[in-house]
Amino acid sequence: MPMEVLPGPAGYIPTPAAFEGVELPPPGKALLYGKIVDEETAMREAAKAMLTRRNPTIFPGPLVLWGWNAGAMEKAKAVLELSMEIPNCRIIPMPDYRPKYPKIDPEAEINPNHPNLTILHNKIEACIFVGVHCHYANLSLRMIRAGTNCFTIALCAEMGHEDAMVSLRDQHADEIRRFRDVLVKVREELGIKWEPKLPPENPSLPKEEYQTLSVLDYGEYSYLLIPRRGEHVTESE
Amino acid sequence: MPEQRVVDADYLLLEAPRERKFITGAQAMAEAVKRANVDVAIAYPITPQSEVMHLVGDIWAQGYIKDYYRAEEEYGAMSAIAGAVRGGARAFSATSGPGLLRGLEAIASWPGHRIPAVLGVLTRVVNAPLSIQPDNVEISYLLNCGMVVLHAENQQDVFDFTLASFIISEMVDVYIPIAVCTEGFFVTHAKGYVNMTPEDMKLPPRDPYKAPVPPTDCEIPPARIQRDAPVQKSNFMSYLIHAVWQQEIWASNIRAMKYIYKYLGGPIEVINPDAEVFVVASGCAAAQGREAVRYAQLEGLNVGLVKVKSIRPFPEKEIRQVLSKAKAIIVPEHNIVGWLAKEVKAAIPNSDSVIGGPRVYGGMTLPVELIMEKIYQALGIKKEKKVVV
Repeated sequence: MPMEVLPGPAGYIPTPAAFEGVELPPPGKALLYGKIVDEETAMREAAKAMLTRRNPTIFPGPLVLWGWNAGAMEKAKAVLELSMEIPNCRIIPMPDYRPKYPKIDPEAEINPNHPNLTILHNKIEACIFVGVHCHYANLSLRMIRAGTNCFTIALCAEMGHEDAMVSLRDQHADEIRRFRDVLVKVREELGIKWEPKLPPENPSLPKEEYQTLSVLDYGEYSYLLIPRRGEHVTESE
Repeated sequence: MPEQRVVDADYLLLEAPRERKFITGAQAMAEAVKRANVDVAIAYPITPQSEVMHLVGDIWAQGYIKDYYRAEEEYGAMSAIAGAVRGGARAFSATSGPGLLRGLEAIASWPGHRIPAVLGVLTRVVNAPLSIQPDNVEISYLLNCGMVVLHAENQQDVFDFTLASFIISEMVDVYIPIAVCTEGFFVTHAKGYVNMTPEDMKLPPRDPYKAPVPPTDCEIPPARIQRDAPVQKSNFMSYLIHAVWQQEIWASNIRAMKYIYKYLGGPIEVINPDAEVFVVASGCAAAQGREAVRYAQLEGLNVGLVKVKSIRPFPEKEIRQVLSKAKAIIVPEHNIVGWLAKEVKAAIPNSDSVIGGPRVYGGMTLPVELIMEKIYQALGIKKEKKVVV
């Protein structure tokens, strides 16, 4: 009998759900508390959690934050559309997987190496992971289950995640929009009044002033933009 | 070189027509590599692996592989494989005995780096004393690395396991390396019939963008781990990161099981499931165990065989189920430590019924008569031993 994957805190070093017989869902199906169910059922439960639990937050990862292909850009738009329908939803990005030392700013970003700090600091009780590479999503989801009571939802572009309370697989822009539609329906059923609007600005992130943006603003990445000595760049994409 | 067309992996592995050839195990492994759309092969020669990598070199010369070279030694070979795979290539290497141990530090880091490489392990004695004879004690060193470990009984298994391993290891929910082990000489240098997929078909190329970690990037672990490792910071969070990371590797190992069912027909093969005495064996010992079961049937004895194809993930549930009513379990092995007997004992509640042996090592063959002696012993049958003077 596979284990039930419920919100934590599960304790000091929780056993991965995969060790306890939880298997990833086949195409067209989803995981709900470790059990394989229809996508619609899982989506409804995920929507309910995001609509009723405290401080719902979306954690977008590098695969939607960085516009590295057309699919990623479309998916990012769909994530934004989803966030607009969740009352008081916030977005805290996971831009990369580098350990942040000496200390992460838990309001500016979430990091897979210490995801629970962001969750605990912001008192987040429901969250969505989207666009995070599977390995790092699994690390984060398990650590969140270990030390917090957060209800985790994984919108995975691949095969899903056993350690999330709700795991939907093969999620791209269209599927995320379908989830948004289900969420709107559940919101109406619950009688929650809400006009779609953008999430609040992340107060910890510096303002982006495109007019005065300089190469130096890119910090350690600036070498990617500055031509090398003697190099004459005549064309760009 | 025939023009190869890319076909769907499921078609190639499960449906494509097969042609029967009489070839050595080394040829079977190279033929699988030929059909696997491999980008790069790197190795350092060591007997009995040399035969495999020599043949892989031949197929590189024929144009089936993009790059091939001999490394300075095994540590360099296995480190270079990691680099090639992190750069997006599909890579293959093979080694034997002391070579495996020399490369083991690099190999043991592959799963943690999520490196989906395929490694042929053509087993031999681990020195000293110096020997090149077959013996599979080296598999025991692989068992706790986190990688998937398959153990091939014969030339057909070598072909099937190697070809399937490329696909299994690159599944996004697995994405860890696979070792395809078989006994050196007994399989690598002996011929057997192999049903092979057509030479003009190959697997689809590797898609590195499917990886569960980003492609090579010096700013993210594990590359970054070398200079700013979370595990080097002494605080609770850092330890938890490492613990969770380790869990993830073993979770990936467990997830490989469903693909072992799909492409290899399951982690075990069972003959005579209602037997009262079972021979449980892997690799070449399974071939001898199969022969012992045939002898036993001729003598009217109720003996069965469990051939273990997958040592990692270890099929605990399956073995427990098959052996639930067994009176005696005989585990013949080609090594002195008895790593398979220990695994079987740990997997079942009635571990007293496990007879660890017969074991042969150092290049000794495993006569069926040795297994029969254990069967007679288990069934309480007395046989006279005759000494011819």
